[in-house]
Amino acid sequence: MLKIQKKQGLTHKQEVILRISTIMIALIAAGLIMAVLGYNPFTMYSKLIKGALGSKYNFTSTITKCIPLLILSLGVSIAFKMKFWNIGAEGQFYMGAFGATWVWLALPDLPAIVMLPLMLLTALVFGGIWALIPALLKHKLGTSETLVTLMMNYIAIKWVTYLQYGPWKDPAEKNMPKIFKFTENSTLPKLFGVHIGWIIALVLVVLIYVMMKYTKFGFEISVLGENAQTARYAGMNVTRTLILAVLLSGGICGLAGVIQATGNEGRLAADISAGLGFTAIITAWLAKLSAPMILVTSFLFAVLLQGGAYLQVAMQIPASVSGVIQGIILFFVLASEFFTNYKIVVCKPEVND
Amino acid sequence: MKRIISMLLIALLMLATLAGCGSSGGGNLAPIAKEDLKVAFLYVGPVGDLGYSYAHDQGRLALEEMGITTTYVENVPETSECEATLRQLCDEGYNVIYATSFGHGEWVEKVAKDYPNVYFGHATGYIQSDNTENYMGRAYEARYLAGIVAAMNSESGKIGYVAAMQIPEVIRGINAFTLGVRSVNPDATVEVIWTNTWFDAAIEKSAALELINKGCDLIAQHCDSTAPQLAAEEKGVKAIGYNTSTPDAAPSAYLTAPLFHWDVFYKNDIQSIIDGTWEPKSYWEGLSKGMVSLDDLTSNCVDGTQEAVDEATAKIIDGSLVIFSGELKDNTGAVRVEAGQTMTDEELQAFDWFVEGVIGTIG
Repeated sequence: MLKIQKKQGLTHKQEVILRISTIMIALIAAGLIMAVLGYNPFTMYSKLIKGALGSKYNFTSTITKCIPLLILSLGVSIAFKMKFWNIGAEGQFYMGAFGATWVWLALPDLPAIVMLPLMLLTALVFGGIWALIPALLKHKLGTSETLVTLMMNYIAIKWVTYLQYGPWKDPAEKNMPKIFKFTENSTLPKLFGVHIGWIIALVLVVLIYVMMKYTKFGFEISVLGENAQTARYAGMNVTRTLILAVLLSGGICGLAGVIQATGNEGRLAADISAGLGFTAIITAWLAKLSAPMILVTSFLFAVLLQGGAYLQVAMQIPASVSGVIQGIILFFVLASEFFTNYKIVVCKPEVND
Repeated sequence: MKRIISMLLIALLMLATLAGCGSSGGGNLAPIAKEDLKVAFLYVGPVGDLGYSYAHDQGRLALEEMGITTTYVENVPETSECEATLRQLCDEGYNVIYATSFGHGEWVEKVAKDYPNVYFGHATGYIQSDNTENYMGRAYEARYLAGIVAAMNSESGKIGYVAAMQIPEVIRGINAFTLGVRSVNPDATVEVIWTNTWFDAAIEKSAALELINKGCDLIAQHCDSTAPQLAAEEKGVKAIGYNTSTPDAAPSAYLTAPLFHWDVFYKNDIQSIIDGTWEPKSYWEGLSKGMVSLDDLTSNCVDGTQEAVDEATAKIIDGSLVIFSGELKDNTGAVRVEAGQTMTDEELQAFDWFVEGVIGTIG
């Protein structure tokens, strides 16, 4: 008989060894599959690294992909810490980008120095409110936040689609459904070849790390995540903490939206998130919701995304195959999560008289 | 400060480009020998969609048969991801790049400036620059023929049309189809349902079923899956496909389909690059050059259909039949094109109204 048992905590050294060996096994397994499909795995890995880090342009592309993923992961991590399952990062992303675009369309002539902070602030508010709705529904009516946040993603995407095909369609685009392109005063400036979203993202990493680790609010979030009853018993205002944390979580996801729209894409559209709102759940979780670790996992994922895209170009590997490689690596990393916390033991069946 | 940085970056990019091009130098496009050609294709969907991207890939395979090195990148979204793909292709030494989706255009425009020695082609768009051309098939000519087939094979005169995106290309196709229908049966109607997606079998099928439930006995489509044809087969009505010949998908429903022959353009274009006669053109050809055609009619069609199609084909090719010429009314009854007037290509590329006989709305 096989039985799954919870493990005693691993020592730090054991955990590091386990993680490194998992990644090695994952790379070997992906390499074997590539070899079976007729591609040289060594060439593949060197091309993957080259595609992600090998030239200035590839490196900046990787960073550009990392920015929205990092910010979204930070956003969901706050809610997750509270065990509020915010699967709605996608929707909050689009609502944030929508709010910011609205500000720009309503007040097109503001100077950049006023415009950009105002857009970022609006995105924060809109993303926050979009996350607040499921939180209030959960609080008042006991609905499942997992389902509500998930479904609200589609409302947000359809809303942007409506704007793109309707009221916000740019007539200069020959009746093609495209929203107006951001002007210079509403475009994030670049520093070292990448829009300054990277600075915002790094600042957020530090702020959230400090907040979670050293402030009363961060402590309350953790306690609330461990046990709501304890939190209540300890005299915390549970409702207030829940609402503020969810607002912050959604707001940060909204920030990712406006940064992607104006920093990278040049306009809002209904497909600019590329599903990163869902990928962010994985990166946040793999980092055990710790902000500095999220920086690491998001960057590694960005390498995988950018390098994987490059494989298509460099080795004529079909899109689906580079998807398979990403899937295998992810599979092993998630399996290692399991084996960090559990072990499988063989036990003899008990004989009952 | 910002400006200085961006200027420095531009300077850097230009240096990098010049260094990359080495001996060829200058901005003039030089002819490329056949064996040095490296041709890349960008597809918005998977090559296996049996639809739009598949049709372009048939063109790519025709180049391979000529002995030319090609590659393709599939599932390229119309976002900044497209820019990254284009730049990577240039850096990998591809010297001719065809981007096949309208939404790839703005990124082609951006990247083409940084790689003046690479030839760019953009399908279905309008960009033109020193090293960028655009190309498209006049698919609406084949759609007019499909409309004739539809009218002759519909008993109720109620025809359904599953349409993807509310863009000029699709609207133009619906209008040409309807004009074809009404050239045979002036009382027939064409009812449109939008799916807002290029490729989603489930949505396309339910749209087709809804049209059939409303009494349509023939389903036409401007979307990339065969689902509308499957729905027609299931319900025992007729169907007209799109992009690729698919009689096997719906053996008793399939009548014909408007087809693209992208290889006609790609072969000519590549030859002109080899010969050094290439210029940044706006290539928009139809039945006469063989860029588009109507698929062979199946035996599901009533007698006399072939003759009617042949007659109209001959007239379109010799110019005696101009599809979008007045008098044309929109579907509210207002005259949009006066008698004796003909719509220009610019007007066709910005079509945003339905002709009389279409049931449906835009926007």
